[in-house]
Amino acid sequence: MSTSLLLLIIVLIGFIAYFTGRARSLALTGGKLANLHSLPGYHGSYVAIWAVLPAALVLAAWLIASPLYIDSAVRAALPGSVQSQGAANVQLALGQVKSVAVGLNRLNAAEVAAIESGSANLRQTLAAKGVALAGEGEPYMVKAAQHLNATRLHSRWLMSAAVLLVAVAGGLYAIRNIAARFRARNQVERVMLGSLIVASSIAILTTIGIIGSMLSEAGRFFSMVSPTEFFFGTVWDPRFAAAGSEAASGQFGLLPLLGGTLYIAFVAMLFAVPVGLFAAIYMAEYASPRLRSTAKPLLEVLAGIPTIVYGFFALVTVGPFLRDISTQLNGLVTGNYQNFIQAQSVLTAGIVMGIMLIPFVSSLSDDIITQVPRALRDGSLGLGATRSETVKKVILPAALPGIVGALLLTASRAVGETMIVVLAAGVAARMQVNPFEPMTTVTVKIVHQLTGDLEFTSPQTLVAFALGITLFVITLCLNIYALYIVRKYREQYE
Amino acid sequence: MTDLASPAVMVSSRSAENRRDIGIKRRYAAERRFRAYGISAIAIGLFFLAVLLWSVVSKGYTAFQQTTITLPIEFSEKVIDPKNERATDPKRLQTVNYPVLVRDALVKQLGIDPKKRPLVKQASDMVSDSVRTQLRDIVVADPSVIGKTIPVTLLADANIDSAFKGQIDLKVAESKRKVKDQQVAWMNELAEAGVLKKSFNTGIFSFGASSRPEAAGVGVALVGSAYMMLIVLVLSLPIGVAASIYLEEFAPKNRLTDLIEVNINNLAAVPSIVYGLLGLAVFVNFAGMPRSAALVGGFVLTLMTLPTIIIATRAALKAVPPSIRSAALGLGASKMQTIFHHVLPLAMPGILTGTIIGLAHALGETAPLLLIGMVAFVVDYPGSPLEPSTALPVQIYMWANEAERAFVERTSGAIIILLIFLVFMNLGAILLRRRFERRW
Repeated sequence: MSTSLLLLIIVLIGFIAYFTGRARSLALTGGKLANLHSLPGYHGSYVAIWAVLPAALVLAAWLIASPLYIDSAVRAALPGSVQSQGAANVQLALGQVKSVAVGLNRLNAAEVAAIESGSANLRQTLAAKGVALAGEGEPYMVKAAQHLNATRLHSRWLMSAAVLLVAVAGGLYAIRNIAARFRARNQVERVMLGSLIVASSIAILTTIGIIGSMLSEAGRFFSMVSPTEFFFGTVWDPRFAAAGSEAASGQFGLLPLLGGTLYIAFVAMLFAVPVGLFAAIYMAEYASPRLRSTAKPLLEVLAGIPTIVYGFFALVTVGPFLRDISTQLNGLVTGNYQNFIQAQSVLTAGIVMGIMLIPFVSSLSDDIITQVPRALRDGSLGLGATRSETVKKVILPAALPGIVGALLLTASRAVGETMIVVLAAGVAARMQVNPFEPMTTVTVKIVHQLTGDLEFTSPQTLVAFALGITLFVITLCLNIYALYIVRKYREQYE
Repeated sequence: MTDLASPAVMVSSRSAENRRDIGIKRRYAAERRFRAYGISAIAIGLFFLAVLLWSVVSKGYTAFQQTTITLPIEFSEKVIDPKNERATDPKRLQTVNYPVLVRDALVKQLGIDPKKRPLVKQASDMVSDSVRTQLRDIVVADPSVIGKTIPVTLLADANIDSAFKGQIDLKVAESKRKVKDQQVAWMNELAEAGVLKKSFNTGIFSFGASSRPEAAGVGVALVGSAYMMLIVLVLSLPIGVAASIYLEEFAPKNRLTDLIEVNINNLAAVPSIVYGLLGLAVFVNFAGMPRSAALVGGFVLTLMTLPTIIIATRAALKAVPPSIRSAALGLGASKMQTIFHHVLPLAMPGILTGTIIGLAHALGETAPLLLIGMVAFVVDYPGSPLEPSTALPVQIYMWANEAERAFVERTSGAIIILLIFLVFMNLGAILLRRRFERRW
């Protein structure tokens, strides 16, 4: 019985349980609904929960546990000659046995018999059925695969029986509990509360998942490459090791990537902060309601545009434009028509990222500026200060902590931005200060190391997780500090 | 005023006026400058928005037109099945050299001497290579066409397409461009005869990935994106709402709920690529889910969207006035009933608005999908979320990396499609807010 069919049956049982429970409670009322403690629907739900929830838990537990159990059983059944060859070979053999097992299921009885007697080639027979084997199959594999298939079939039947039994038993138990004064609603609400708690713990689980997965993968990386080499290395050259060699060739220096990341983020902030801040000030202090109600949503459109669109914009419009304009400038000044700005450069990526960040800066600062109490403004204006003086001398100092928080949040976005830099910043990892030359960032290298064919044991792919955790820690610190400042600021004026 | 004042006062006020006069001019100038900075900042922002949209639209609107050539194709039995094996060998019809049929038809149409090989080659280059599959599909679907002559509408080659749309500068020396003078002459001849014409490009909505720009479309990517959006919606809306209800209505104020709160705010600001790493390590590597599958993409985007939805939902729940809760509780409803029967329905417009905005973000997200292997050359429609698929923004990324100029047009066209989807989602959110928002 397939898992989805089983799920369907459980749901069906749940429906039946609901209506049975409901009907039973109604039968107990004696014609007067007020005799019941809970509404009939709650009685129905109570029975349905008892029918579905334990069965679903059993199903989930079985689905998780049985592959582990079957794996270890098959592993133990492998012949001693394989067992003695080390963990990697056992893993390889296990993988082959699994492929054979899948293949055997597609063969008919005659073909299986031919393979068992050795008259048909295992690999060719299976390849004809669309199952590719990594190597020539050995006789013991067929036995092991048959054993595996049999165990799987057993496990599947046992699971179906157990799950259905639990569902029916749960439903029956719950029906027996139903009585006129039975507090079905309280029980149902307790389950609801439990599911609410489970839902809100997903946020925590996500964080734990992020940290845990990245730490473990990065840990594997650091067992091959020393952390000092990674964090303080100045050369990024992750040459792929020749096939079969275990050696970690290549150098994994973080500094050129980090340098590029911070440089590009800096250029972006240099562009976005003045524009965004002035736009926010104008919007909050000067603009008429009409201008505000059109300009503000229009600026926020910039925030809604996907970053891949910005990347494409940088690639085909901004980059070539800067390159051509530098050619003309150079030609006018020196007579040598040679571009000094590369199409992919720190400047290109920085400017386009800056455009993307304008709405972040402006809407965050706008919120903070409008939170400054009216009284401060009126006091300053009443003393004869002009509006700009009020802004510069009163509002900005009062809003400064909040604005710093907003800028830090924006900076964390700039550091973590991926698609713009992938398309516009270039791939050359080097340390230099010329903004007209390409540089690369942490995010670009994560994408590069993890696209294409993957092998999860080489440092070349695992380094992406070390880069990822670095990025995560940097943005985490920026975010937490920024959120802390913004929160403090809010409390100050509330 | 000063006329009425006594002389002594006049003196002092004049000196004060002088003093103020100098200051005020400077200060007003500063005021005007400051105001100008503000206006120019807004103008710069709007200018870049305009440039961005103009750059995409001006490059991309032509992608919605495609040059086609309608030719009477003779499905000659001599070419397709000279030995009459099709009844016995089903693979026979798959392996025919179909472009030959198109070549012959084109040669006939243009009146070229079939012996002049270079000319014939140039002529057949005007038609897309995709004719091979197109004609094969026609013949396989209905073998009775063999031996007949029927008009078939074929895609023109990308270069001819560009030339016909006027995107290729024909003044450039012939050797430096991809379209030859002879081909341009033929193109004009065919256009005059009504054989070659521009029509609405339905292919961009239905085709999958292709290395030939004229046969590439976002159809397959749209299906992948649709699967993911469905998964995101089905998972993130209930989970997000449940989490917010607990945090807003039930959670006691303690260290743990504080931690969850900080955590959610922080998750909303984690770079999206980190979610990609999480998906790769946990879903693909640890749980053994298939790479490139829309299911994994949906899970990753769900985790990414959840904080947005939770934050929006909590704001919406907070906005429901306490009097509603008190009234329901006072009438004897349990806390759960109060929330699910009264508070939640009133907060629903706000929740849905937040959800749509979260979905719009998820639809445009690219980076995490690259890491879980959705940068795949997918030609066929995925039949289920478990099959390899790609997504609209990823398709844009892959096309942006293509060297051929015709792909720039396609990429911009795909971006326009993506932006149209986003505009509709955001408009929906705005309308929802306008229509149902209540001021208490």
